Amino acid sequence: MAYSEKLLDHFKNPKNVGTLDKSKKSVGTGLVGAPECGDVMRLQIKVSEEGVIEDAKFKTFGCGSAIASSSLATEWLKGKNLDEASTIDNMDIVEELALPPVKIHCSVLAEDAIKMAIKDYREKNGQ
Amino acid sequence: MENNLIYFDNNSTTPCDPRVVDTMLPWFYQNPGNAASRSHAFGWKAEEAVDYARGQVADLISVESKEIIFTSGATEANNLAIKGVFEMYARKGNHIITLTTEHKAVLDACDKVEKLGGDVTYLSVDREGLVDLKALEDAITDKTVLVSIMWANNETGVIQPMKEIGEICARKGVLFFSDATQAVGKIPVDPKATGVHLMAFTAHKMYGPKGVGALFVNRKKPRVKVVAQMDGGGHERGMRSGTLNVTGIVGFGKAAEIAKEEMEADAKRLVVLRDKLERAFEERLEEVYVNGSRTSRMPHVTNISFKHVEGEGLMMTFNENIAVSSGSACTSSSLEPSYVLIALGLGDDLAHSSIRFSLGRFTKEEEIDRAIDLVANGVTHMRDLSPIWEMYKEGVDLDSVQWQEH
Ligand SMILES: Cc1ncc(COP(=O)(O)O)c(C=O)c1O
Repeated sequence: MAYSEKLLDHFKNPKNVGTLDKSKKSVGTGLVGAPECGDVMRLQIKVSEEGVIEDAKFKTFGCGSAIASSSLATEWLKGKNLDEASTIDNMDIVEELALPPVKIHCSVLAEDAIKMAIKDYREKNGQ
Repeated sequence: MENNLIYFDNNSTTPCDPRVVDTMLPWFYQNPGNAASRSHAFGWKAEEAVDYARGQVADLISVESKEIIFTSGATEANNLAIKGVFEMYARKGNHIITLTTEHKAVLDACDKVEKLGGDVTYLSVDREGLVDLKALEDAITDKTVLVSIMWANNETGVIQPMKEIGEICARKGVLFFSDATQAVGKIPVDPKATGVHLMAFTAHKMYGPKGVGALFVNRKKPRVKVVAQMDGGGHERGMRSGTLNVTGIVGFGKAAEIAKEEMEADAKRLVVLRDKLERAFEERLEEVYVNGSRTSRMPHVTNISFKHVEGEGLMMTFNENIAVSSGSACTSSSLEPSYVLIALGLGDDLAHSSIRFSLGRFTKEEEIDRAIDLVANGVTHMRDLSPIWEMYKEGVDLDSVQWQEH
């Protein structure tokens, strides 16, 4: 299978790999997928007092498309406010990385992880 | 080979030995004959070449020339054996016994037999990938016409206790067929001494060309017959019609001759290289699991799970340098991880993490050394990216985590 340049670049040089302190109130964490299914994605956001995503980190167990999807998602999240971040759609990821049909579920996983991280942050902060 | 790319996927197919290619070349243009043409020298010459190759192939497995039926490969030979026996022995019974870890060409042929009114028992294997002989014996009934058990598994290299299975089949009076595709030409295979009555194999797994294979059918004590699955001109003693692939068969014969000469030395060399590769991973990395029996297996294969790393992702870290295959779902069209590894009792997670390294005649030691570094670095890189590796390192019990299955 031939992957797009952009996908390969995110795979080889993944952006924003890492871990934020999930006990902090300013951090929202989304953990989706299962080891038995072959992919687990953890996406974290750090939100400023003004409600803007200042930092985003990920770690992913999965195939190249899953890793590239999460790397791209963290890039897109930075600088957005939570409402803007909620509008990120998995098909935007599919298009940007030119994911083949069998890999669309990787983008769905990334969208789920974004939504879960936002939800986690909002719940922690009583929003 | 091309671009310095290391080829560790010899169980998929082997490169054609240059000596085989040389032997084949005159049979494309100079000698164009159809081996079935009886009226001119071109035909006679082609027939002679096919007979010679048939002898070379028969010799490799210590059977008679007349017991070799040429086919288009092991898939066809498997189909011919299973469906052909089922049809031929319909009056005796309709029951076939096989393993859950067989190649798809066997499993799908058995599936077809079931659709045609047959009854198939799929025996499970143990943690090592080996058949339970007692379960096999108990499964045989007076309706059983065939036991179909592969010699060596394509994914793990695990070798079944062939002689013991042969003894059970002889005692119970049932035919024993083996898909020996992964074993022939790499380890000594002697169906007659093993009690195997029919056996499928293929040229392209033993440094011969693609598109040519054979079915061995025992002719005496017992005389075994199969119903042809390809009807036509009555070639191959009526068991497989179709103009013979003379060029391919000549190459198959040469490949068999070379294998007979060299397989022992090849195996001796490859087992050392395979063990070096395996040991290096076990020493340099944590949580490395070798899948299947380590004692009863092919000398050139290892199937390894690198826990908490997904196989396809791992392959992407080194696939510009090394060609291997993985049991990960991401590499299959079904999106299911390897059924062979699942049958060994591996969890889905370990099956997703598996890589098969299959070495071959042209593997060099320096390639092993390069691969050790590339793969070990890939595993370390992927673990740095893996949230479950991080959780494992923090002492989180992964089984207690509420995963969001999708
Ligand atoms: C165990 C086994 N049986 C059968 C086959 C099919 O062989 P062929 O490609 O010659 O049809 C293969 C190869 O993929 C195999 O590994």
